[in-house]
Order: sequence, then C-alpha cells, then structure tokens
Amino acid sequence: MLNAIEIKRRIELALPGAQVEVNDTTGTNDHFEAKVISASFAGLSMVQQHQQVYAPLQDVLATGELHALALKTYTPSQWASATRR
Amino acid sequence: MLTPELKQRFDDEIKNHKVVIYMKGNQIFPACGFSAKAIELLKPFSALHTVDVLTTPGVRDAIKAYSNWPTIPQVYINGKFVGGSDIVTELASRGELESLVKG
Repeated sequence: MLNAIEIKRRIELALPGAQVEVNDTTGTNDHFEAKVISASFAGLSMVQQHQQVYAPLQDVLATGELHALALKTYTPSQWASATRR
Repeated sequence: MLTPELKQRFDDEIKNHKVVIYMKGNQIFPACGFSAKAIELLKPFSALHTVDVLTTPGVRDAIKAYSNWPTIPQVYINGKFVGGSDIVTELASRGELESLVKG
C-alpha cells in the first residue's frame, strides 16, 4: 500500500544521500507533500529537479494511486539559505 | 497516447498563446485545487489559454508524455514548459512570475 514511508523510501533509493520528508496531507494515502534536499539537484532547473523526484513514482502517478504530490526541492546550499531567512 | 496529431496540437497551442494551462476544469470552475492555484497566480499577469484535460479526449495522457511531466496542471509560458503548481507557486513567491510572463 502507498503511504508516506513508501514514497520516502522510493525517493531515497532514486536519489542516494537525499534528505527526504513526506507527509500525507489528507490522511487518505493519496495526497502527499514532500520536501527533498539533494546534492544531485545542483545545476538543474526546477523542472528537472521535480522530474528526478517523480521518476521513481511514475507507476503510482500514472494509475492515480498517487493523486497529488506537492513538491519542494532544494540543493543543500539552497536549503541552508532558505532556513537562514 | 501522444499521437502526431496531438503533438502538432500542443506545438501550435503553445506557440500561439502566451500562457497555456493544461488543467482540470476551466478558469471559472477549476476542478482541482492545484489547477485553481495556478490560475489564481497567473491571472493578474496575462490572458490565459486553458485546456480542460477532463473533457478533451486523449489530452490528459498525451500532455503528460509531451512534457515528460506526470501531473496536472501543466503551465507553458512564452513557449516554454514552466512546470506544475508547485513551481508556479515558488516563482510567484520569488516575485519572478510577472517578468517570466512579460519577458
């Protein structure tokens, strides 16, 4: 079954070393939000960063089992400056 | 499936309109909170050309393949794929959305 732990596991597997936080926003196992901090995002556009996170979830997004995944992506340095603000 | 006809349709649509939003529902009655959010953020800056993926046959899956993007809404500005509602929201909070539209 899809849940926050499974989504986190898949993203971590696809982006080794990433810091991943996933929350179920509705409590219904189909709407989630994720924050992903990964060094592999360096030099990528936001579109490309999000594509990297969607990649390991293609199947559940295609079936609609995962209806929504609100994403925030950061490189470690972007995250450092975001939290300093 | 992304047929040659649909690909041509997207190519033309994106070229001929400053802002194109593939969404659920329409500008007056968005059928999804994420689509509503994209409309709300972009409306102040430009006329919007919206395509309802729920009522246009084939478009929902085809646009996902065309953009290599698995979710709806999908926003194109000045011929370029900008992303979904998260990215539009992020650009708005950075104050970059208006210059992107006007650019």
